[in-house]
Amino acid sequence: MDKTVNQKAWLLVLPVFLIVAFSAILPLMTVVNYSVQDTFGNNQFFWNGLGWFKELLDPSTDLGSRFFASLWRNLLFSGIILAIEVPLGIVVALSMPRQGWGVAACLVILALPLLIPWNVVGTIWQIFGRPDIGLLGYVLNHMGFDYNYVSNDFDAWATVVVMDVWHWTSLVTLLCYAGLKSIPDAYYQAAQIDGASRWAVFKAIQLPKLHRVLLIAVLLRFMDSFMIYTEPFVVTGGGPGNSTTFISIELVKIALGQFDLGKAAALSLVYNLIIIIVCWVFYTVMTNAGADRQANKGVA
Amino acid sequence: MTVALENVSRSIDGVPAIRDVSLTLERGTLSVLLGPTLSGKTSIMRLLAGLDKPTQGRVLVDGKDVTGIDVRRRSVAMVYQQFINYPSLSVYENIASPLRVQGKSRDEIEHRVQEAAQLLKLQPYLDRTPLQLSGGQQQRTAMARALVKGADLVLLDEPLANLDYKLREELRAELPRIFEASGAIFVYATTEPSEALLLGGRTICMWEGEALQAGETPKVYRRPDTLRVAQVFSDPPLNLVGIEKSHQTVRYEKGMQAPASGLYANLADGAYRVGFRAHQLTVTKGHADQHAFPVEVAVTEITGSESFVHFKRDNANWVAVLEGVHEFLPGQALEAVIDPNDVFIFDASDRLVAAPTTM
Amino acid sequence: MARIDLVDLAHSYGGPAAPEDSFALKPVSMTWRQGGAYALLGPSGCGKTTLLNLISGIVAPTTGKILFDGVDVTSLTTRERNIAQVFQFPVIYDTMTVGQNLAFPLKNRGVPRAQIDARVAEIAGLLDLEPYLRRKATRLTADAKQKISLGRGLVRSDVAAVLFDEPLTVIDPHLKWELRSKLKALHRALDLTMIYVTHDQTEALTFAETVVVMHDGRVVQAGTPEELFDKPMHTFVGYFIGSPGMNIMPAEVKGREARINGHVIALNRSYDSLPVGAKIEIGVRPEFVNVAMPAPGLLSAQIDRIDDLGRARFARLRVGDVKFAARVPVGFAVPADQVGLIFDTSHVHVYADSHLVEGAP
Repeated sequence: MDKTVNQKAWLLVLPVFLIVAFSAILPLMTVVNYSVQDTFGNNQFFWNGLGWFKELLDPSTDLGSRFFASLWRNLLFSGIILAIEVPLGIVVALSMPRQGWGVAACLVILALPLLIPWNVVGTIWQIFGRPDIGLLGYVLNHMGFDYNYVSNDFDAWATVVVMDVWHWTSLVTLLCYAGLKSIPDAYYQAAQIDGASRWAVFKAIQLPKLHRVLLIAVLLRFMDSFMIYTEPFVVTGGGPGNSTTFISIELVKIALGQFDLGKAAALSLVYNLIIIIVCWVFYTVMTNAGADRQANKGVA
Repeated sequence: MTVALENVSRSIDGVPAIRDVSLTLERGTLSVLLGPTLSGKTSIMRLLAGLDKPTQGRVLVDGKDVTGIDVRRRSVAMVYQQFINYPSLSVYENIASPLRVQGKSRDEIEHRVQEAAQLLKLQPYLDRTPLQLSGGQQQRTAMARALVKGADLVLLDEPLANLDYKLREELRAELPRIFEASGAIFVYATTEPSEALLLGGRTICMWEGEALQAGETPKVYRRPDTLRVAQVFSDPPLNLVGIEKSHQTVRYEKGMQAPASGLYANLADGAYRVGFRAHQLTVTKGHADQHAFPVEVAVTEITGSESFVHFKRDNANWVAVLEGVHEFLPGQALEAVIDPNDVFIFDASDRLVAAPTTM
Repeated sequence: MARIDLVDLAHSYGGPAAPEDSFALKPVSMTWRQGGAYALLGPSGCGKTTLLNLISGIVAPTTGKILFDGVDVTSLTTRERNIAQVFQFPVIYDTMTVGQNLAFPLKNRGVPRAQIDARVAEIAGLLDLEPYLRRKATRLTADAKQKISLGRGLVRSDVAAVLFDEPLTVIDPHLKWELRSKLKALHRALDLTMIYVTHDQTEALTFAETVVVMHDGRVVQAGTPEELFDKPMHTFVGYFIGSPGMNIMPAEVKGREARINGHVIALNRSYDSLPVGAKIEIGVRPEFVNVAMPAPGLLSAQIDRIDDLGRARFARLRVGDVKFAARVPVGFAVPADQVGLIFDTSHVHVYADSHLVEGAP
């Protein structure tokens, strides 16, 4: 539904536009500038054209192999945590009470992990998982598991995944809970009367009605997990070896460790592009689903 | 003052919602927009209010073009089907809110709120919040807020649709008095023909985004220009049968032949469609001139004071309303009787050519 | 299919300790026969939805019992009670086709495939839904969706009762006619006990064989539409049924005469033993009072306005301070301010403290 066009509205948007220009567009242009040049310090820059990009996208080069390896790790990581957090979030939301004091209690407990700063989360788990003084690591080792996230690839991955699940499942749960609350009671009563089993209620009513909320949850969790940096950096530092080195960690290593500004700029642009494309895909899917629903309303 | 729509059309994503509507609304009048859901009633109201801009045509206030002017600068109040009030404010503050926005003095607010509350019988509830009120009281609060604003144009979009039947009846009976007292331009949208009849004023018949006919309500009801208007303005639905007139006789489709008496007498030879409302159809022949059709009873609905008898005649469904209790069994064969003086006749292009002259 | 007995059934949202005056449903005992069509009629807050929820098991009663065919089901859940219900707004399973929606209650109960198909086809036929069976239900109009909800309610042949909770709320007037007669035909075709809750007298009266009128948590009268119209047992029934409702006027009643403002109206029956101190009123429906030119011997009334309903006209009047409605005969030219009233005395009733008094012949 379009509103009457009001030219004054532009004036109100202007300050935000300026802030965005200075905070996002100008820095981005600087990065674009870096990505086509090579530098040897002392502010000496040499034109390199698309050289960095070619190197980045060629797996046989050092930069390329590092990029693809970390990209693969990122995708694997996002896939794993989505596969765990979304179903788990739904299950938790479904088992939450729908009224009474339990609601408030559950909401507070669920919100707790979301309130903790990223690096603190990392520190908590880093200590928690240590075999010598951490509760988790100590107990696991005592039970006979040879658990050590500093030396074992699998253990490192497990720690990072469990940490992310602990940190972010609440978000999915809260979104789903809000979605579930918005389903009118008549649907549940109708399903009861129709003799639907718990599973049938979930499949026929809850899941279809959660459809949109879940898309938002998946989008948020994908973006966040794809950009993950702080927690693995604090816990594993990208190790052991390079086994938990995600693109963001690689980027920091190249930019600040090796001071290869050109390479880092090219990498960050490609990284950015991937995220934008994925977001765009999600957005299109979501608005199409929305338009579909609108169209239905029109008919009704 | 007058508000007018001049050849206004509006499309949404290329789909026409309003097609070439022209209307003039005068100060102190009530206009009823009558039509089924999605016939364009709400779209017309949004255009009048200035919430939407027409794709074509102009909106005029006192002859001045206000097509692009922002809604906040127009003097408009609107009441919706849903009861929309500020839940945290008392009824008094709800009614006073438009006056506070206008920056009126405390005394004037007090005076005007009391006046509106009296008109809408809300005085006992002024200290309560809307959620402590019944649906009818909530909607009266919304109406009081619309009236107190002193707007030149008050739009009511099916304001009674969400109320109980009996409350609807009571509020509907009060509305003409409230409208008279206010003197603004009122526009009232409804899907129910009986509501239009009870409110009086003028009726604008809407169908698929077109304003089919506008005029004084009883006149539109008794002389619908087209078959479609007659259908929109009939509840129960209009009954129809086709006829063929030639040489002073009429032949009903799939039925009998009769001398062209009554309204049939002056028709030119040709094919017509005859429409008659439920109360124009009976089951007993009063005099020899009436025309009877063998029909089969489908269902009888009895309200205690009236009986609605649904007939099947070939593929057509007819409904008659009879006074008192008449229990007919489904499948029972009956004669359905119409009076050739008491029918609407439409020509091949569905335009009215004859209508009953009495009542 | 079942006979339903309500035994001293009552419900209080405030618990059993709350005073009985605050009960949403005051104790009621009633029997509904198998295969009957019943309507619960009353304004919002009269307890009709509470009663419906008690029958369906969504709400548990504070006191009393519900029997289906003599079996106490009070403690059973909704699922175990074997009832069907249609709600105010269409409830549609979005992901399913129309056919799957209709089949859902049967599928859940493990009915054999062939039987499901046959029953779905039958119900779809009765509701004119066959062309849509393979379509996704979300893409249909509101009335088609409500037809699907109706169909799901009716698809099981073994239910104790089908409950309707204001099912025509979202339907346009001209489609209401169609759906109403459809429901009536379905009731005849399917031999199911049906209970229909509404605030709309037309829906209740046209649908039901027995209409239960409720007011303030109490059943004030249960009867056929004819009984409710001709002989309301309570002034509330007189007011609530009929449009406009019954005229109720305070009067002095003695023997075969009622006296209003010094004017005498003859009564058909004799009222000699009216309770002392009770509020005495007479009630007469607008349909049984005609307006006429003012004349000596006629009760006179002030004209407020004339309602033109198209097929009938009603005069809105005032007799003294009391509002009054009366019929305007066809072709009668209404005078400007005053009219006389002609009563059909066989339809004038006497009420003491709002309850009908049966006079002696």
